[in-house]
Amino acid sequence: MHEMGIANSVLEAVRVEAARHPGSYPCRVGVRIGELAAVDPSALEFCFDALTRETDLESLQLEIEICPRRHRCLDCATEFRVKDFNFECPRCRSLRSECLSGDELELAYLEVEENGTVTAGKESPERE
Amino acid sequence: MERLPLEKKVLSENDRLAAGLRARFREHGILCFNLISSPGSGKTSLLERTLESLPQNERVGILTGDIQTDNDARRLARFGFPVKQITTGGTCHLDARMIERGLEGWRLLDIDLLLIENVGNLVCPASYDLGEAAKIVVLSVTEGEDKPLKYPSIFFKAKLLVLNKVDLLPYVPFDIDAAEENARCIHPGMDIVRVSCTTGDGIQPWLAWLEQRRHLQLAARAESVVPERARAALR
Repeated sequence: MHEMGIANSVLEAVRVEAARHPGSYPCRVGVRIGELAAVDPSALEFCFDALTRETDLESLQLEIEICPRRHRCLDCATEFRVKDFNFECPRCRSLRSECLSGDELELAYLEVEENGTVTAGKESPERE
Repeated sequence: MERLPLEKKVLSENDRLAAGLRARFREHGILCFNLISSPGSGKTSLLERTLESLPQNERVGILTGDIQTDNDARRLARFGFPVKQITTGGTCHLDARMIERGLEGWRLLDIDLLLIENVGNLVCPASYDLGEAAKIVVLSVTEGEDKPLKYPSIFFKAKLLVLNKVDLLPYVPFDIDAAEENARCIHPGMDIVRVSCTTGDGIQPWLAWLEQRRHLQLAARAESVVPERARAALR
């Protein structure tokens, strides 16, 4: 439901960052979403498309990376992924652990191309 | 093609404003809670019970959010404490800027306890920091006991779960032990109180939880003040 606001925040950040690199064009933005972040990736994609359509950012691609919930065992310090709410440490079977990650809602990166090398509305060719 | 690392929070502007609010709350010794639940779980009823139990000289302020109407503010204003309605006009959550605006015109020095009632919604409010000391999630027994598993984010982030409407337990197929187990599955060690805002059962443990948080805050404040004094003495 709040994915529209989040898509808007992503686009604001893209515009701020792009303004720092005059002469270049933003073509891909990477966003990290944790399993606990309460953000639906498909709803975010839908909102992102709706907000960029027929704008100067129409060709901007959104790449979403889903971050799993990870815990660290408080008894043996093993780090493990929590699946299906199973908090048992795979090494020592302890049930005492702390959450390390899984609630991310972060901008990871922005890929820019120098102006003239990319055509708005079309997928940009991959090159180094 | 050039890849620029951004490495910042998507909601960094909200987080920046929330950090400002948190600093102001600390400066003025305000303990702030953010109450979150589905519509109809009993946030307003819990606030009514709370305000009716507090002594009249208690310095408490209430901000209550809804998409439309000032019904909640009118319900809460009759207890004599300052109440302000935040009408979001469509937005499904409160954000830090709405709290900033809501506080305009209030003397923060006159408030010790600030209770924020979020828009009824278990999803979006979880993502927006309002500068609160803790989020509190309210779940009523007329909902499903699997709500914590379906909406893990808010149960993960809230310090306290208030299980409301326990007076209805004989009439609904709600397994309250399973609900608590599900909540602790998402958030091991989560505090839980069972209340009925209709009968008043459990209101004392709820008030005791608020009081305990106040002591924790005062202790943390004292600890942060003492080293400053010690440093000043050494100068």
